[in-house]
Amino acid sequence: MGIKQKVKSLTARNNQLADTFYQLEVISNKKIDEIDIPDFSDRIKQAGYQHGIKPAGMDILQINIGKLCNQACAHCHVDAGPDKKEENMNRETLERCLEILKNNSFKTVDITGGAPELNPNFRWFVEECRMIDIEIIVRCNLTIILANKRFLDLPDFYARNHVHIVSSLPYFTKRRTDSQRGDGVFEDSILALQKLNAVGYGKANTGLVLDLVYNPSGAFLPGSQCELEEQFKQQLDKRYGIEFNNLYAITNLPISRFLDYLIETGNYADYMTELSNVFNPATLKGLMCRNTISVSWDGYLYDCDFNQMLDLKSDIESAHIGNFDPQDIMKRKIVLNQHCYGCTAGAGSSCGGEIA
Amino acid sequence: MSDSYFKPEDLKKFGDITEFQEEYGNKFFQWYTTVFKEGALSTREKALIALAVAHTEQCPYCIDAYSSACLNNGADEEQMMEAVHVAAAIKSGATLVNSVQMMNHVKKKLM
Repeated sequence: MGIKQKVKSLTARNNQLADTFYQLEVISNKKIDEIDIPDFSDRIKQAGYQHGIKPAGMDILQINIGKLCNQACAHCHVDAGPDKKEENMNRETLERCLEILKNNSFKTVDITGGAPELNPNFRWFVEECRMIDIEIIVRCNLTIILANKRFLDLPDFYARNHVHIVSSLPYFTKRRTDSQRGDGVFEDSILALQKLNAVGYGKANTGLVLDLVYNPSGAFLPGSQCELEEQFKQQLDKRYGIEFNNLYAITNLPISRFLDYLIETGNYADYMTELSNVFNPATLKGLMCRNTISVSWDGYLYDCDFNQMLDLKSDIESAHIGNFDPQDIMKRKIVLNQHCYGCTAGAGSSCGGEIA
Repeated sequence: MSDSYFKPEDLKKFGDITEFQEEYGNKFFQWYTTVFKEGALSTREKALIALAVAHTEQCPYCIDAYSSACLNNGADEEQMMEAVHVAAAIKSGATLVNSVQMMNHVKKKLM
């Protein structure tokens, strides 16, 4: 047991891409000039969205409760890691999130990070959410369950609070998993999945949902979600006796550490060109930014977690949870940039997998 | 004229073969696209077959194209290498099975 961080955060490396302005310059073709793909905004106009993309509802409040993580994965769009000790949501902001969840029409609270369990207010927050009639999703990186004795009871805690668990497992092999997430991650993830199965997660008739996330360990797009799910189910059962509910295939968006990886390995131009080549207008209707509000550790509001990491705040007068106004939110126009090609490629991509 | 064969960027020009024979070229691409759609075989299985054939054909364009296609369709390194071994086994088998002819000939000649 025990895992080794795959990389250091962009911040720890003093990498230029830690600056979101620089990232935006890169993806807007201003820094790397060998690619020639249309502006995403023009592309959606051609697809019939003359006035941009508008919200369809306010169903999911996705809260990034902190960037602290026991892992530092090569592709992480949050640039999370063990060094991110400051950027974590405080109790006051979480209390404000609870108020908003109680007083609005959200159906789901989606708690993400970092490793959300590392926020000292995490368990309190989940229990408070449990008292509201709302689905609770926790994006658990699996290895956190084995990271310290104090986390060993997490499977029971999750089960007790009927938490819907969504966990990344890039592949059912060690090579693919560890190359993305760090040496030792695969073994610990398998053990954690077995512990979750043991309390009923992923099993029939328990109501305890365990979904896995596949995202490519490299510069390529995910395959068919349905076929990948079939392969994962067969292989995880055959090799480790593991069961789970659904597999979400998620495309890596060209931002943060994945952007750094693409540039460093000479894959950036081909990857962006491929995203643009397989742009699928049918995905626009189901984009997650249309029914999700993303909250950052310091309470700012964004149209999605990716915009959050690029510091592209929602286009409303006061994009902060302190001034949450549902009417303003429903009237806003979604903020777009070139990274949005990641959500519209092929069958599309969202935090819930394929969308078209 | 080019001073080397098989330039990777030429793969992107494959579609341009219609320039010299439009009708045949279009028909070929229409058929080609249909072949790789999901059918009785999945797109992943088809990509693996294509990768294996690409190796026996020793076509660098096809190897690049179907290595990517395999990854994009959810195949992993182990599956891809096994597919190439299948192709290599058939290629070797096809060589070796001809040795029966050699043996027949030799046995006929020898006392």
